[in-house]
Amino acid sequence: MSRNGSILRSVDWLTVGLFMLMAVFGLLNIYGASYDFEHTDFFAFSSRSGKQIVWIAASLLMGSIVMLIDSKSYDILAYIIYGLWILVLLATPFLTHDIKGSRSWLIIGPLQMQPAEFAKCFTALALAKYMSRYEYKIRDLRDLLVPFVILIIPMFIIMVLQKETGSALVFAAFFFMFYREGMTGYVLLIGAAAIFFFIIVIRLGVIALPLGTGDCGMLVAMLLIMLIELFFLFFILNRKKEALILAGGVTLCYAVVCVMSIWINVNFDIASTVIAGLSVLFLGFLALRWRHKEILFLLLFSLFSVVYCHSCDLVFSHVLQKHQRERIEVLLGLKDDPSGVGYNVNQAKIAIASGGFTGKGFRQGTQTKLQFVPEQATDFIFCTVGEEWGFIGTFSVLVVYLIFILRLIYIAERQKDRFSRIYAYSVASIFFLHLAINVGMVLGLLPVIGIPLPFFSYGGSSMLGFSLLLFILLKLDASRVEKMR
Amino acid sequence: MINDEFYKRRYVLTAIIVMVVVVYICRLFALQIIDTNASDRAESNALVKQTVYPPRGLIYDRNGELLVFNQPIYEVTMIMREMRNGFDTIGFCDALNISRETFDNRVEEIKNKKKNRGYSQYTPQVFLSQLGKEDIVVLQESLYKYKGISIRKRTLRDYTYPTAAQVLGSVGEVSQRDIERDEYYAIGDYSGRDGIEKTYERVLRGEKGVEVLMRNAKGIIQGSYKEGEMDMPASAGQDLTLTLDVHLQMLAEELLQGKIGSVVAIEPKTGEILALASNPTWDPSLLVGRERSMNYNMLLNDPTKPLLNRATMAQYPPGSTFKTLQALVCLQEGAITKNTMYACNGKGTKPISCTHFHGSPVSLLGAIEQSCNPYFHCAFRDMLEKDGYGKDNETFKRSFNIWRDDVLSFGLGKKFSDTDVSEQSSGNIPTVAFYDKYFGKKRWKAITIRSLSIGQGEILVTPLQLCNMAATIANEGWYITPHLLKNDTMLAHLHKTNVDPKWFPIVKEGMERVMTNGTGRWYQLDSIRSGGKTGTAQAGKGRVDHAFFIGIAPIDDPKIAVMVVVENSGFGATWAAPIASLVMEQYLTGEIRRTDLRKRMATAVINPNVKNMKKRKE
Repeated sequence: MSRNGSILRSVDWLTVGLFMLMAVFGLLNIYGASYDFEHTDFFAFSSRSGKQIVWIAASLLMGSIVMLIDSKSYDILAYIIYGLWILVLLATPFLTHDIKGSRSWLIIGPLQMQPAEFAKCFTALALAKYMSRYEYKIRDLRDLLVPFVILIIPMFIIMVLQKETGSALVFAAFFFMFYREGMTGYVLLIGAAAIFFFIIVIRLGVIALPLGTGDCGMLVAMLLIMLIELFFLFFILNRKKEALILAGGVTLCYAVVCVMSIWINVNFDIASTVIAGLSVLFLGFLALRWRHKEILFLLLFSLFSVVYCHSCDLVFSHVLQKHQRERIEVLLGLKDDPSGVGYNVNQAKIAIASGGFTGKGFRQGTQTKLQFVPEQATDFIFCTVGEEWGFIGTFSVLVVYLIFILRLIYIAERQKDRFSRIYAYSVASIFFLHLAINVGMVLGLLPVIGIPLPFFSYGGSSMLGFSLLLFILLKLDASRVEKMR
Repeated sequence: MINDEFYKRRYVLTAIIVMVVVVYICRLFALQIIDTNASDRAESNALVKQTVYPPRGLIYDRNGELLVFNQPIYEVTMIMREMRNGFDTIGFCDALNISRETFDNRVEEIKNKKKNRGYSQYTPQVFLSQLGKEDIVVLQESLYKYKGISIRKRTLRDYTYPTAAQVLGSVGEVSQRDIERDEYYAIGDYSGRDGIEKTYERVLRGEKGVEVLMRNAKGIIQGSYKEGEMDMPASAGQDLTLTLDVHLQMLAEELLQGKIGSVVAIEPKTGEILALASNPTWDPSLLVGRERSMNYNMLLNDPTKPLLNRATMAQYPPGSTFKTLQALVCLQEGAITKNTMYACNGKGTKPISCTHFHGSPVSLLGAIEQSCNPYFHCAFRDMLEKDGYGKDNETFKRSFNIWRDDVLSFGLGKKFSDTDVSEQSSGNIPTVAFYDKYFGKKRWKAITIRSLSIGQGEILVTPLQLCNMAATIANEGWYITPHLLKNDTMLAHLHKTNVDPKWFPIVKEGMERVMTNGTGRWYQLDSIRSGGKTGTAQAGKGRVDHAFFIGIAPIDDPKIAVMVVVENSGFGATWAAPIASLVMEQYLTGEIRRTDLRKRMATAVINPNVKNMKKRKE
């Protein structure tokens, strides 16, 4: 009893309070979104709000159980649970049939469960266990590779076998944790650069050049790569002479190409690639002369960027599925199709915008209630918030979320052992990425990727999955005092 | 704390998180506060505004008998956009019992922006209209299968009696011009096209209402928005009570069967039109519903021109009925007195012969009684010449203008402007300018225009004007503009004539003598003293004369003034007088005792081309 008493005292009640606040507000919005003219009973189990009440209750019960289990068991059992769950993930596609093109639902009697929602939690535990080993050093190649493998296995199963691209994408959240644990910051920069180049190549790829053949996308991408080279040489490596030679050479090459294009039809895609290739050769020459890490890094970055830009086109038109390609095209404004692929996003935006400052009032949203917005109780629940509660509602939700995530980071930083901290950062990162992708999608800033908004979206698996994630953290946090002893 | 090496990276992560949230809040601010069109777009998404049509006002006769009411009809509408995928056209055609071609043609018509300028694939378009309950019952049961199709209830006019078609007018679909002129109308709306329906359109139509419904993304109606808070109920059109006596009107039409002509009856004291019959006529329910355009074309192409409301539109020389007014003007202007006598040599009289046989010389009363042409010619001449011709005939012309003004003061020769009777003709009382032009300024004298003295020549009046003249004589010097809607405000529209009331009893006495001893003596009413005047107006070379009659009864306190014209029938005494007499009997006694006369008049056929277009039995 005394131990339970100490648990109750050391639990972070602010986080629990924020969790309850979000769950209850989410519940109200699920009721608002799925309320129609026949079903008005808030508590009826047949209605979505009724079911969500059950899920919230189940989450609280599960949370209590998590609290009662010795905190050390999470560390001890991490690999076993992870391994078991990988088996469940593997088995799922074979035990079930297609639901809307995905094979991610496990049907047990009257219940449906999405194992992927729990995989995040168990992957976080496994990563925390591995990375908290005493001798662990993230800068060692082996110590970097193993976490990658732990991460890639569930991601691969979910993406390829279960065809749930969105859920798989969330595993990218662990890179934030890796970063905090000492992974080089270039990884995040390279990730950002990859997205940036992709957008440039695809978005500007449709604009033809006034001279010769080719498109703006490749030209701008190649120019940017060379600008980065220049910037790096000039400011970071402080090699002003070589930088000026590079700048002069590139300018000269482009001048020659432009003059040539007066007489012959120059393909600027090829010309730019050749010029960028020459600049990479120049860097290679410098690398041979200086032989230090930074110039090697710049050389590799430039080389991979040139190759990457060329493969973007290829990936976009041949690897991506049609609906994914269309979602990206709509997002980048290449296609304007308010009734086709753009319909969902457009209706979602109308729904949110029509809420205005104060919203239409509880249960008064027409966009969401009348199913103009798809998945209005699950992935697009934020639309209901926007339509019925207005800017006041959406602002409050975002601020509460921000406080919640920052609180998790605060909790993470106060942990006394690496296991807890790594796990805590994983949790914070997962919540953040869910928030960023879900809200970004609803606002039309990101392509449509179907993942839930934690604690708001309707669904038992996601509610329980996120609660498990959170309550294990709260348990670890509550027991940090014990560990000190 | 452990492993503090990367401690500061928490700030980088915190910064990224805060930045993303701030970007999202900015985006939300732009969407929710700056973009103000979104709620309109959301509304047009989700809300369907459905027009609720008000019932049109009912029309009653002066005794409260229902004349015009509404019958429910149905129309099938379609929203093109919602019918795109998997619409079961064959099933739909079967349910409506139409052919596939009809369907395709109609859809093509709807989509043709030239013919259907208000076309939108998002709004309901009328596919078929004016269907009866039995036409839509099959579709109604399976309506859920046909997305985008709905059935709307409208009303059509229906009529208690097959009478007064020209007076009541009809209701038809509005034209593009109507829509442009009056924003109340939308494509497919109905409005009064003629008659009372047109004149009182704004009163009868009421106010359309709006029902705001919600539909979901699939276009299925989910119920009313905000529990009908934003609905606007339709307000029904106002009912009208007409001055017509429906039984009198029906009698008039019955008596006109087989003839071309009209009957007008007015209550002199109020100017209320009791009957306004024009034959040939038709059952007004012919111009209702799906047969409307077909029947309308039939009426339009009929050589007897039934669409012409002869009671207000036809113009005739008034013939001898005009002698009553002529006597009044001559008395007023001092050309004659009650005792003035003129000689009449019967058929041999020059320049105008007499058609009747009576003693000579004849006094005014005798002249009216016997309809003596030479008397009125002499009186007219003396009136025009009483001050001589003067320089360039100016004095004569002044006298002519006095005569003309006196005639105009009885409401002849121009349209009644302050009335609700639509579609009038003006008639014609010739002017000095006309004769100056026609004969030359100094080349016409009293003898030149002698035909005017007996209501012939250039003078033209409408039956309504002539009946109003009779009413004015009945009132002894004034009339209230004849009108069709029963309301007291018309009492203010009192017009006085230029003729002193003291002269009227003389003419009325003459008119009574017409009924007792003169040309109308065969059709005197039992126990009711009445006055009248027959007329036989020339219809043009080689054609039989038009028969006229005006009558007032009872003579000392007139309750009805009646006017009858039967085209190309011959003497007024033979064809017009009996009809007028029967109308007066019906109105004053409430029944007709002279059933033989009634039967004879109703069955007599003067013009075999006149069709009976009253499909119903009474």
